[in-house]
Amino acid sequence: MERNLMIAGFGGQGVMTMGKLLAEATSQATDLNVTFFPSYGAAMRGGTANCYVVISDDPIGAPVSYSLEDLVVMNGPSLHKFIGNLKPGGNLFVNSTIVTDPVDRDDINIIEAPVTQMSIDIGNPRALNVIMLGVYVGATDAVPAEVIEKGIAHKFAKKEKLIAPNVEAFRMGLEIGKAQKAK
Amino acid sequence: MAEEKKVYTRTKGIIEGAVSGFCPGCMHSTIHKIIGEAAEELGQLDNLVRVEGVGCCGLGQFYVTCDETIAAHGRAGAVATGIKRSSPNSLVYTYQGDGDLAAIGLAETLSAANRGENFTVIFVNNGIYGMTGGQMAPTTLVGMKSTTTPGGRDPQEHGYPMHMSEIINQLTAPYYIERVSCDTPQNVIKARNAIKKAFKYQLEGKGYSIVEIVTSCPTNWGLDPLKSLDFLREKMFAEYPLGVFRDGGEKKQ
Amino acid sequence: MAERVFMKGTEAIAEAAVRAGCRFFAGYPITPQNEIPEYMARRLPEVGGTFVQGESEVASVNMLYGAASTGIRAMSSSSSCGISLYSEGVSYCASARIPMVYVNVQRGGPGIGAIQPAQQDYMQATKASGNGGFRMIVLAPDSVQECVDMVYEAYDLAERDQNPVLVLTDGVMGTMMEPVVLPPMKTDEELAECRAKFLPRAIIGHPLGQQATCRPGSVGDGQEQANIEAAAMYETWDKDIRVEEFMMDDAEIVFAAYGISARISRAVIRQLREEGIKAGMIRPITISPFPYDSFRNLDFDRVKGIIDVEMSIPAQMRWDVDFAVQGRCPIHEVLRSGGQLLTNDQVLKGAREFIKEVL
Repeated sequence: MERNLMIAGFGGQGVMTMGKLLAEATSQATDLNVTFFPSYGAAMRGGTANCYVVISDDPIGAPVSYSLEDLVVMNGPSLHKFIGNLKPGGNLFVNSTIVTDPVDRDDINIIEAPVTQMSIDIGNPRALNVIMLGVYVGATDAVPAEVIEKGIAHKFAKKEKLIAPNVEAFRMGLEIGKAQKAK
Repeated sequence: MAEEKKVYTRTKGIIEGAVSGFCPGCMHSTIHKIIGEAAEELGQLDNLVRVEGVGCCGLGQFYVTCDETIAAHGRAGAVATGIKRSSPNSLVYTYQGDGDLAAIGLAETLSAANRGENFTVIFVNNGIYGMTGGQMAPTTLVGMKSTTTPGGRDPQEHGYPMHMSEIINQLTAPYYIERVSCDTPQNVIKARNAIKKAFKYQLEGKGYSIVEIVTSCPTNWGLDPLKSLDFLREKMFAEYPLGVFRDGGEKKQ
Repeated sequence: MAERVFMKGTEAIAEAAVRAGCRFFAGYPITPQNEIPEYMARRLPEVGGTFVQGESEVASVNMLYGAASTGIRAMSSSSSCGISLYSEGVSYCASARIPMVYVNVQRGGPGIGAIQPAQQDYMQATKASGNGGFRMIVLAPDSVQECVDMVYEAYDLAERDQNPVLVLTDGVMGTMMEPVVLPPMKTDEELAECRAKFLPRAIIGHPLGQQATCRPGSVGDGQEQANIEAAAMYETWDKDIRVEEFMMDDAEIVFAAYGISARISRAVIRQLREEGIKAGMIRPITISPFPYDSFRNLDFDRVKGIIDVEMSIPAQMRWDVDFAVQGRCPIHEVLRSGGQLLTNDQVLKGAREFIKEVL
């Protein structure tokens, strides 16, 4: 079973960090195959950033896909640019603080979370990506939540006081994700 | 009967019995000899590494006894960088002509000098490409005829002679820069002392040094050896004055 | 078993080289391989090595030539148009029989091409990486793990043959992060042993009468003799041919692909197999020497066609496949180029079109 995720947004929204955290945590805590691929090119000059994460129990082919199971859009331009790459039945994760345009597809699941606002509300504006990662894991069970929590602990091993607030942010997102999945 | 006293021995830096195949009046053979003498006097013949440029310089491979490698045309500065950084205790010098050092190898020359690489450059400047048959070099004098400037070097079209010692003297890192010649016995001794000093500085870890030797090329200048010496002194020294440009070992004014 | 770490291809390549004993690196900035020199600039001083940022690719490869001629393990890396500038130094190393290891993280071409990944340098890598008709072993990894293993091993091959070895990868694997198990750090004793064999030839200064020379050319009949010896050495490489034959036992449709294209083809083959299509793959792991026999000896009564998958337009490896197949079955191409990434879906689509025609 192979799962393709694309995360897209503005530079500075922690898009690459989110992808890398998911991929590295999976690599460390599971036996699954996983790739992380940052995408460069013309889009980079527009200040947008995107990356791909593939998780699979088979060896992975291309680390990039244009027919995605999951798409995370952190800003408006990303929604319009990449919505066509989401498979029918795929999951669209929307940062609803910023992305307010309607989604012009009825064959996909839409999971909304105002992660920019939430991160401001908890006084940790850089944590929007970790909240969104929680939403993603909560809604998809792509990997067990503990895998990411271990990954957070590993990532901040040298700045220990950042572990607890990031785990907290992740769990906030997780609850939203689980709730929307149940729905 | 008067006692015989040995006052001169050929350097072991030159292969025993080797006879110079350089053109009559060419100074390459003298320069090879004094490099051997300088290294021998420092007890470094067993530790000497030569990086050879392409052109007549490359013919030196048939005479020297030290370890040697041939760099691609112009790349001696880069090759010597690789060698010296990997074998810091070896005494490393490059041996390059004007086309090699100042034209095709300009980037490698200036970049190695600018990094202050701890090796020695011996730069033989005769104002012309020798082995390929007398084409214009960056150092060819204004008005001087070459096979590619049949009407003489015209600054409007070909620019002016490049002064490599002066150019390298603009950089901060080099430790020792001197221009010498080999036209008289005195100048040969001066050149040998300059090479020896450069080697000594290298062994002390002082960094980059270059000894530019202004020489003649009777064959491609189209002059006999003696007339070549006249031309060298009158024209080449006027364009390329001999002297010390920088000596980090001496306090300067 | 050693722990798996999650690393970017370029950084994994650099770390593998250090563990193999690389103690000198020269390189010039060019995307998409900049992390290799950057990593080396940090890492080499920790192990007593030296990093030099060359003033150009030309200078960098000649620094490598100098460093390798002292008998230490050294490396350089570049990408495509930068690799073109390596021709001079690689040819000199081949001629002087200097064991050098270098890496090409391919990008789009020709010319300045595109900074995005491609496989546009196959012909250059396998047929003529410089003037003079020399040959090299060229290793083509298809995962970050293979990048690591091949760089690590490349030094042994280079030293065995006293010849350049190229690891030909691409910007996908260079940029991608994947789990990888790193090989052990070679000990000083192991490295001293590797170097000892080369020491009589090392350009570091020798006692009088034991002069070491490094001559990338010769006069008289010396050059012909050197070429005869090199040619004899190339003839020994049959044993070094490496090829992966994936699901080939009953394959009717045969994918031909190397590197990134091969790993994508493998995923596509699994998909086709689920649909009942008997697909398989011949993946050259050494693209030089090329596994011609794997193609030559196919059962053409069974094989209905070959699908050549490359991130190159026009196709390049196809020439070698054609040479072996000699028209005995149709060959179809699935290609992307110019920095356009190949995906599983594109290969699947291209394969289906062909399969419809031939099955």
